Amino acid sequence: MGKKILLEHINVPGIKSLDVYRQNGGYASVEKALKTMAPDVIVEEVKKSGLRGRGGAGFPTGMKWSFLAKPEGVERYLVVNADESEPGTFKDRYLMEKIPHILIEGMITSSFALGAKTSCIYIRGEYFYVSRILEAAIEEAYAAGLLGKNILGTNFSHDIFVQVGAGAYICGEETALLESLEGKRGNPRIKPPFPAVAGLYGCPTVVNNVETIASVPYIVMNGGDDYAKIGIGRSTGTKLISASGHINKPGVYEIEMGITVEDFIYSEEYCGGILNGKKLKAVVAGGSSVPILPADLILKTEKGEPRLMSYESLSDGGFATGTMLGSGGFMVYDETTSIVKNLYTFARFYHHESCGQCSPCREGTGWMEKILHRIVEGHGKHGDTDLLWDIQRKIEGNTICPLGDAAAWPVASAIRHFRAEFEEYINHPERIKEFKHLQELVS
Amino acid sequence: MSKEIKFNEETIALVNKIIKRYPEGKQKSALLPVLHIAQAEFDGWLSPETMEYVASLLRIKPVEVFEVASFYSMYNLKPVGKCILEVCRTSSCWSRGSEDIIKHLEKKLGIKVGETSKDGMFTIKSVECLGSCGGAPMLQCGASFHENLTLEKVDNIVENYRVEGKRKSYTDQDFKNTL
Ligand SMILES: Cc1cc2nc3c(=O)[nH]c(=O)nc-3n(C[C@H](O)[C@H](O)[C@H](O)COP(=O)(O)O)c2cc1C
Ligand code: SF4
Ligand code: FES
Repeated sequence: MGKKILLEHINVPGIKSLDVYRQNGGYASVEKALKTMAPDVIVEEVKKSGLRGRGGAGFPTGMKWSFLAKPEGVERYLVVNADESEPGTFKDRYLMEKIPHILIEGMITSSFALGAKTSCIYIRGEYFYVSRILEAAIEEAYAAGLLGKNILGTNFSHDIFVQVGAGAYICGEETALLESLEGKRGNPRIKPPFPAVAGLYGCPTVVNNVETIASVPYIVMNGGDDYAKIGIGRSTGTKLISASGHINKPGVYEIEMGITVEDFIYSEEYCGGILNGKKLKAVVAGGSSVPILPADLILKTEKGEPRLMSYESLSDGGFATGTMLGSGGFMVYDETTSIVKNLYTFARFYHHESCGQCSPCREGTGWMEKILHRIVEGHGKHGDTDLLWDIQRKIEGNTICPLGDAAAWPVASAIRHFRAEFEEYINHPERIKEFKHLQELVS
Repeated sequence: MSKEIKFNEETIALVNKIIKRYPEGKQKSALLPVLHIAQAEFDGWLSPETMEYVASLLRIKPVEVFEVASFYSMYNLKPVGKCILEVCRTSSCWSRGSEDIIKHLEKKLGIKVGETSKDGMFTIKSVECLGSCGGAPMLQCGASFHENLTLEKVDNIVENYRVEGKRKSYTDQDFKNTL
């Protein structure tokens, strides 16, 4: 069994409640931080830990915190990103639902380090019931003197509230999130200025993912160096992986970074192998935005080394033969899966979720959906595969926010690794119903 | 069916509590939460009158409310059934059979995706990933998540909602997730 930091106590009965959470060591980091540490020291520990943002981009958290502007007399905010709408990702929901206090604890400790008097959890609207669980936990924390004025008798006061969204993937992008939090449409802002300088209500703001903030208590209690010893290389610590698709045991797993992908898919401790004893065809390893890889390339790098669950190993080979860890949304496809049809579900998603501000994204995602729709319906035209390729290339890098890239990469990688399948759809529409024969084409 | 568009005192108190979270003058931040409450109170959708009422409560222009309401997928700008069955159609749900679930619902209720049954009880919607991929295929109705669906389970879920006969909202306190 690998090291568990976030889910260690997940199966303790009643861990949702403050009492049980505290009996298991919960909120010790608040006590330690507020009473014995200076804010800057905490930031240093987080830097040393090598913790990288768990929302998808993997940006070093300590560094992000040290960029926070601190003008006199201006409020600062910590905003926790619980929008979790990247297809394939459901770890934050699991964590917040099962053990809400770990997030609240992380928020108090992190806010102390950042000098924020108020912090907020922005949670996707569909998780309304989870917002109730969080609010109940927050209420318990207020009643116990862990929130509000003069926490645990110190000079530090802090308030937390939960804000629900209303259905928009783009509000996971940090500046769109801030717009939404201000009661507006979720249109991403042009950067700079970055939220660290002008975020919520124009005030310096740190936006971090749920899992990132929930990792802070461990770092405060055990030190950054200890955390950095877990994992592998620059992929320190543990990572929550949301595993879904054609596997025997879908669910959320906390892994120590550095285990092999093969172990993750086939061992009983994690996914338990492919459903119904079928063969593995492909994996999307980090949420819908990251490149899809065929079985051989997800299990081994181009150099023939075992592929590991880490930022570096998953991206080994660049986009030609690698992918990304992203949000850890690990979607597995068996040999019967139509890659083209699956891609269509992604293209439809991105078109639906484009905010419409930039024409390459707004129009391009629409065209890609339309072309893929006609291909899966058996009306694909010769040249459609190249057309898709051209469109995705024209979106990538030409937009305000990374949603454009996120829409382009799945298309590019599906064509790169499964081109024959697109051609099969276009040339032999009468065979579309039999997905299985397609396996022969790619293996 | 339509009642006066006005919150009762208890709801007004709740709205005021929400507004207090934000700094002075930033009450517009309350717009999304208040729209959720309004939708739940006034027949499950946001009529122009409802949106104007919310604008007046938050002291913003009605157009600011329309703009926002039309951006987010959880706000209904047209009347809907009491229970909206929102079936996820994205990758992991698709690969584990969401298309069959949708077809089954369409046949069972005699309506297509996007339509409402004649008795006003059900609307079928197909939606994007709901963060429940580990329980694929899944559907959401109001605050409740129903996971690992089979056709039989869908029959049961629909029957239970029909018998209960109540409007389901995201804001419901009594969610009933089934695995
Ligand atoms: C289209 C889009 C959607 C995103 N969705 C999320 C999300 O749901 N949750 C999240 O934490 N980060 C999401 N991000 C990343 C955020 O912009 C931001 O980088 C992140 O919240 C920072 O936190 P971290 O450093 O702790 O990862 C998204 C980014 C983009 C471009
Ligand atoms: S890239 Fe797409 S989602 Fe992002 S700002 Fe432009 S149009 Fe909106
Ligand atoms: S793909 Fe259906 S809930 Fe995520």
